Amino acid sequence: MDKRIASLAEAVADITDNATVMIGGFGGSGAPIELIHALIDRYLSTGSPGNLTVINNNAGNGHVGIAAMIEQGMVAKMICSFPRSADPRVFTERYLAGQIELELVPQGTLAERIRAGGAGIPAFYTPTGFGTDLAAGKPVAQFDGRQYVQERWLKADFALIKAETGDHLGNLTYRMAARNFAPLMAMAAARTVAQVSRIVAPGGIDPEAVVTAGIFVDGLVAVPTPAQEEVLNRANVTYPEVTA
Amino acid sequence: MTAKLSNAQIAWRAAQDIDDGAYVNLGIGFPEMVARFQPEGREAVFHTENGILGFGEAPQPGDEDWDLINAGKKAVTIKPGTAFFHHADSFAMVRGGHLDVAILGAYQVAQNGDLANWSTGPKGVPAVGGAMDLVHGAKRVAVLTDHTTKDGKPKLVQHCTLPLTGVACVTRIYTSLAVVDIQDGHFVLREKLVSISFDELQSLTGAPLHLDGDVADLIAPEV
Repeated sequence: MDKRIASLAEAVADITDNATVMIGGFGGSGAPIELIHALIDRYLSTGSPGNLTVINNNAGNGHVGIAAMIEQGMVAKMICSFPRSADPRVFTERYLAGQIELELVPQGTLAERIRAGGAGIPAFYTPTGFGTDLAAGKPVAQFDGRQYVQERWLKADFALIKAETGDHLGNLTYRMAARNFAPLMAMAAARTVAQVSRIVAPGGIDPEAVVTAGIFVDGLVAVPTPAQEEVLNRANVTYPEVTA
Repeated sequence: MTAKLSNAQIAWRAAQDIDDGAYVNLGIGFPEMVARFQPEGREAVFHTENGILGFGEAPQPGDEDWDLINAGKKAVTIKPGTAFFHHADSFAMVRGGHLDVAILGAYQVAQNGDLANWSTGPKGVPAVGGAMDLVHGAKRVAVLTDHTTKDGKPKLVQHCTLPLTGVACVTRIYTSLAVVDIQDGHFVLREKLVSISFDELQSLTGAPLHLDGDVADLIAPEV
């Protein structure tokens, strides 16, 4: 078995119009910038994939990554907990103009819905959101004297994640707080592709150190020195570069 | 104009109630200051929603590693004992009753413990983050806030008029004028500044302040 993919373009080639795509990252930490930009390149040259539903904690920052996808018009709907950032202009303008849909989900509920999707649990009860606007219309139930809200699983057609080291079988380790949603999204998507800083042969990762087991990963592509979204934004980078 | 505590002094006061070894989540912004005022000899373990327990202080400018950030997306550091985990584990710590204290900001707190701190109404882009999760599960949910709004209206109210973050979740409020507990659907006054009378404090509070034993003087050093 060898899950290596030769190029970023190949790694994102299967994503179709109207797909639901989970994208790892919390702010810039863990954002798979190169995979996202490869997807944008494909859209700009072929007009596909469009009308995407994107699941991420945020809704993009600046003019790179998810913000750049939104800016190019690829995204019909965001499912996220916090569509604000240092520079949320791209999402904000489209949202206020009614050009993009938003499903706002409390952060822990978002994580658990994704986990549930990956774990085969169609719904669960959480205290989060009970009695608030974000629970409006959802079933509630009492357990041991306390009220809980029913939440549904979240699944996706694809997940694009960033990891640190991966082996040919798809076993992954992460770098510091960059793991955030990635292990959950890897479980919840029908097809998960990881960009990794380093690919090693099986045995190259200590089994005790594996965070995401290869069964959850369908493909991996090497990006030896990945860009960091926060660094790009601090340098005012726009993707694709605007040539005057 | 009544004398009042600065935000740093409110944070200082809240820090005095955090035990050595407590697991603590500090909300983004003003509550983050609490970490600076841990009493000598006590060391709390701070949790951040994006997946770190026991992180260290901010790095020197220029030393930031943007894979190592807190929930406010500010750079932090690791120190001996730091642990990383994914988001579902992080919120299991929150909802599962494993945190000792969560300290949050507030727009309004009602006398039954309802909290409004995520939305000021339907305009703009709504964003909630982890606020609705954090108010459930921690053994104590404390709020830091000015006692009144900028235009002098009570923030401690009978019923919240702003969208709720959580129902009956707050247990203690540290304000610029007082320390107030929420008990059995009432505000119970525990401490107040010496410079303000009970009646004056009551007039700045949107629901009755109850008494349960002595009211201590609220004293905070210049910080």
